[in-house]
Amino acid sequence: MPAARKIRVLIAKPGLDSHDRGAKIVARALRDSGMEVIYTGLRQTPEQIVETTLQEDVDVVGLSILSGAHTTLFPKIMKLLKNEGIDDVLVFAGGIIPQEDIPALKRIGIKEIFGPGTPTGTLVKFVQENAKRKK
Amino acid sequence: MFDKRKLANIQEENEKWDKTTLPIWTRNHPERKSNFHTTSEIPIRRLYTPGDVGDLDYLKDSGFPGEFPFTRGLHATMYRGRLWTMRQFSGFGTAEQTNQRFKYLLKEGETGLSIAFDYPTIMGYDSDHPMSTGEVGQCGVAVSSLKDMEVLFDGIPLNRVSTSMTINGPAAMLLAMYVAIGDKQGVSRNKLNGTTQNDNLKEFFAQKLCIFPPKPALKLSTDIIEYCARHLPSWNPVSISGYHIREAGSNAVQELAFTLADGIAYVESTLERGLKVDEFAPRLSFFFASHNDFFEEIAKFRAARRIWAKVMKDRFNAQNPRSLWMRMHVQTSGCTLTAQQPVNNIMRVAFQSLAAVLGGTQSLHTNSFDEALALPCEDAVRVALRTQQLIAYESGVTDTIDPLGGSYYTEYLTNEMEDRAMRYIDRVDAMGGVASAIEKGFFQKEIADSAYKYQKEIERKQRTLVGVNDYTVERDWIPCKLLRVHPTVEEEQISKLQKMKKERDNKKVNEALDKLHNDADKERNLMPAIIEAVKAYATLGEITEVLRNVFGEYCELIVV
Repeated sequence: MPAARKIRVLIAKPGLDSHDRGAKIVARALRDSGMEVIYTGLRQTPEQIVETTLQEDVDVVGLSILSGAHTTLFPKIMKLLKNEGIDDVLVFAGGIIPQEDIPALKRIGIKEIFGPGTPTGTLVKFVQENAKRKK
Repeated sequence: MFDKRKLANIQEENEKWDKTTLPIWTRNHPERKSNFHTTSEIPIRRLYTPGDVGDLDYLKDSGFPGEFPFTRGLHATMYRGRLWTMRQFSGFGTAEQTNQRFKYLLKEGETGLSIAFDYPTIMGYDSDHPMSTGEVGQCGVAVSSLKDMEVLFDGIPLNRVSTSMTINGPAAMLLAMYVAIGDKQGVSRNKLNGTTQNDNLKEFFAQKLCIFPPKPALKLSTDIIEYCARHLPSWNPVSISGYHIREAGSNAVQELAFTLADGIAYVESTLERGLKVDEFAPRLSFFFASHNDFFEEIAKFRAARRIWAKVMKDRFNAQNPRSLWMRMHVQTSGCTLTAQQPVNNIMRVAFQSLAAVLGGTQSLHTNSFDEALALPCEDAVRVALRTQQLIAYESGVTDTIDPLGGSYYTEYLTNEMEDRAMRYIDRVDAMGGVASAIEKGFFQKEIADSAYKYQKEIERKQRTLVGVNDYTVERDWIPCKLLRVHPTVEEEQISKLQKMKKERDNKKVNEALDKLHNDADKERNLMPAIIEAVKAYATLGEITEVLRNVFGEYCELIVV
């Protein structure tokens, strides 16, 4: 039996903020757990993130924002993904996201939002359990 | 420091203690861990005695405050004379909102201003640029032109306050606006007092808010250092910053070493302009984090002063005693704040700021307890400021100079910090200096590795974070309403900006921008042309765009 395809994850930093400590730690933790991880680097526009999602054929997209721009940029990304017909990619997010914003973000399709202090093990488990691996 | 016979005697008694009193006790009372070490991996012994600082030469290594090597403090009376400047980094929303916050903080006893700009401003974009979408006023105040700066300083006389600006890529533009405000208020340029962060080197591996490639970025930093040396004698042109290195994940030794390496690079770059070291070195300033490990932080601040004094004296042959001064601002460490049980952060900040004061800082920002969740609300920032006032006026630690000087442990750690930092600095020198080390991704890798290691220690419970991996609660409680920046701020800011663009003399703007373009092409010092441009109400984005065209843009070197 051929080895199962590894889960492919895109860790993306939309917006202008440069707090990449969390994104890099998440990228490394997912990679160490056996996934293939692509990290976009800073300051990606929603268009660039969706473009990379398509080109890299990823199963999972993790978004990180700490500046407060999530209320504008996350909906934009989700809309662009939808426009491209991408509905089988698991999207999760992290950063400084106020509790009161979470229900609206979940409604637009972000499966989970992880706040500061989340153990990387929780994330790994979440991705393993929720990613729909493409054939 | 001790006579040899007495030291030998202490050593003998210590060995005796190791064989008698200690094992009798540990037989039934084992220690909590098999080994203890600082966050920078410096092993911590059970007990420090005169034997651990036996080599310390008091006059050479400690000296007297206000004298080389400044280990015990920069000034002869330290806090018995003047307390540190209480300077809270603040900014959000519109210039009006931040102006109100400034006035509130000054009323509550703050003694210096510190501006937090929003990300568009930091990246040199106007509020109406597509890249600014969703970011305007969110993480700091939006400043697109001199108009915004005028509102920001409305009713605040620049001859009565000092102002620190956390700005790097566009530091020249914001300094130019400050100069323009001073001119309008009739304040002599000699009297303009404050600091531009202007540390573009650390941007490439720590804060990562880079606009231009390394060479022009360093040129701009050096332009400001040179311009201030000649025209703004009371301005600190650069704040060489370890804070962001630490927040990005480094440990204390790396923070200390990489910051000093950057400092050396700025001195070298300014010397290449033909300035003499004593013409600019007295105005170089520094910025560090104060993290959780109390004694290691104190040792870091003490070692920082000692290393810098030696570097300036021995490596750069500075003659003016002020050229040897490492004046520092300290901010308590943002990354230690927890979103869980946020009120606990008040205690974290108190310990961290106490370490900064015991370390002899000149200026201090204390974080607010709600900052793992949002920008601070007014009540939280007042508690943060009160924390400094409690240390200053109630604790008594300000009544004598360097009260921990002579503590065996503190002196031992100060030596260790110095030795370990110098080893890193030698490595950076061997790589060909800071610029080559950045190109090789050296700092980036060191920082990312330390950050990951720290995180893993928390997850393996090798490091306890109260409220996060132990002592957790079901329901968090926070005694204030979190600050939200209303999305209408963006629309408001854009319409103000567009109105201003219509009303200004656009011919004058274009002439000023052409002049700037020309000066940039000819590699002249850009400060004069930038001052003219901001006075004509050219926007931050327009000025940055001119420079982007000449210098190009930086493309991030990604190191995970």
